[in-house]
Amino acid sequence: MAASSTQDASFIDLLFSRRNVLIAAILFVIIAVLCLAAPIVAPADPFKMSVRARLTEPGAQFWLGADAFGRDVASRLLYAGRVSLTIGLGVAAFSSLIGIVIGLLAGFFRRLDAPMSRLIDAMMAFPDILLAIALVSILGGSMVNVMIALSIVYAPRIARIVRASTLVIRELPYVEAARALGSSTWTIMTTHVLRNILSPIIVQATFIFAYAMLAEAGLSFLGVGVDPATPTWGTMINEGRQYIDQAAFLIVFPGLAISASVLSLQLIGDGLRDALDPRLAKDL
Amino acid sequence: MAVYIFKRILGLMVVIFLVLTIAFVIVRLAPGDPAALMLGPEASAEDAALLRTQLGLDRPILVQYLTFVFNAVQGDLGNSIFFNQPVTQVLLGRAEPTIFLSLFSLLIALVIATPVGIYAAYRRGSWLDQGAISTAMLAASIPSFWTGLMFQRYLATELGWFPASGYGGPDAGFWVRMGHLALPSIVLGIVNSALIIRFTRASMLDILGEDYIRTARSKGMGERRVILRHALKNAAIPIITVVGLTFALLVSGAVVTERVFNIPGMGNLIVSAVLRRDYPVIQGTLIVVATLYVLINLATDLLYLLVDKRVKY
Repeated sequence: MAASSTQDASFIDLLFSRRNVLIAAILFVIIAVLCLAAPIVAPADPFKMSVRARLTEPGAQFWLGADAFGRDVASRLLYAGRVSLTIGLGVAAFSSLIGIVIGLLAGFFRRLDAPMSRLIDAMMAFPDILLAIALVSILGGSMVNVMIALSIVYAPRIARIVRASTLVIRELPYVEAARALGSSTWTIMTTHVLRNILSPIIVQATFIFAYAMLAEAGLSFLGVGVDPATPTWGTMINEGRQYIDQAAFLIVFPGLAISASVLSLQLIGDGLRDALDPRLAKDL
Repeated sequence: MAVYIFKRILGLMVVIFLVLTIAFVIVRLAPGDPAALMLGPEASAEDAALLRTQLGLDRPILVQYLTFVFNAVQGDLGNSIFFNQPVTQVLLGRAEPTIFLSLFSLLIALVIATPVGIYAAYRRGSWLDQGAISTAMLAASIPSFWTGLMFQRYLATELGWFPASGYGGPDAGFWVRMGHLALPSIVLGIVNSALIIRFTRASMLDILGEDYIRTARSKGMGERRVILRHALKNAAIPIITVVGLTFALLVSGAVVTERVFNIPGMGNLIVSAVLRRDYPVIQGTLIVVATLYVLINLATDLLYLLVDKRVKY
């Protein structure tokens, strides 16, 4: 127990020893907490329209201005963040789940390896946004469908990593020992293999969280993402686009919100990679 | 080597076959009748039935699949519902801007990223290195459409340095059309340079630690010569790899960038096809782009053989 807590402490120390990772983590926590607490901290109702407040510049009444319907941009930004972050987190979790199953099967069962690897190759031949657009167009634009589509798009990335790691671990003496002791394939896969490849999965999932937020914004911007009535950072930019000449702030703030979240997630991902597995720490 | 190339081509055919299968399955995932979906809610049952027959949707699924694969292999990707033209023809008509946009932006990305990546590796740990890495990460975190909108607003509309949007109109000459691609290419080039900077820096760092670099230095060779003659030449392989990988990023970027700048390319086409539920066009674009990606990656693998004599398969 004591050893484990010491290990945890050294991991945390290692993770935050790089100042930019610490700053990124603080920034991301602030963004996430503000968005989660939107009903409490939002200065106004994000859906309340006011014709007189149309395109009001940022100021005392509207901190970040008001949009074309006179709605408070700051409040919309916070509520939109909830959707964007939920999609990012959901995609990271769901694509990891699919990827782990496919990767473990491909890595563990030799017969499945070739067909599954080719399937992963074929899936990865489609550019992210293009495949996501096609899937959303078929499934229909809703938050859940965007999450499903993006999870299908990103799952092969996890699957490829899990497969490669499984291939290595499968041959290690402790797996052989477990097999000799009579452990079932399922136990070996979940207890011995999966637990030892969690680090690269967590790192990749963090990056997918970031990519999914970017992709969701792209889909919403193209008008093929979530229902346009739902505020997300992408739909806010898409709506603000028409007024870019009079009210550039309408796209500046959501753009900054996406960039800050994605940047902090990428920095955290880099930090996790270095801290979880120093052997993986590339000079990237 | 011939065996390697043969094996690679065989593997490529399997992947392309799977790409076709995935594209076929995706459209079949649509809940309900695809014909009714394509025609929209106003269409009559007769129209839907007619379209179903035209598309062969009334035949058994296996027959549909085999016909689809057989036709696709021969270059027939079906007909666009909206344009009432073969999909290949529609795609070819939109290919020019997308191809040039991708090429220009790749060129811009390489021009920015290669020297920055090399210099960052050479001055590892310096503030220049830190700055380059941070900027690259920032560039990868900003949505490309946002950068596009900002550049369009300030550099095109306000300062008038570039055409703000479009492709110069139907009668525009070649150079006018290319002029309209300048700003979109810069935007996409900056976004894509992020990945190449990180890759170039990492591969240069590996190479700068090699023995032959130390040997070259110890025999008194100038730093400039060490970097350009010995290091860069050997860093070519990872850089070629990343150029192959960048293709997918370029296409994804082109989809949104074309939309921002209203360029009538393949990216704009697929988004319009989604809004019009023109499934054959969506399917066709997916197949063409994925096949190109697979071919480009094969080409980059074969390029290794030419660039690096040590690579043996």
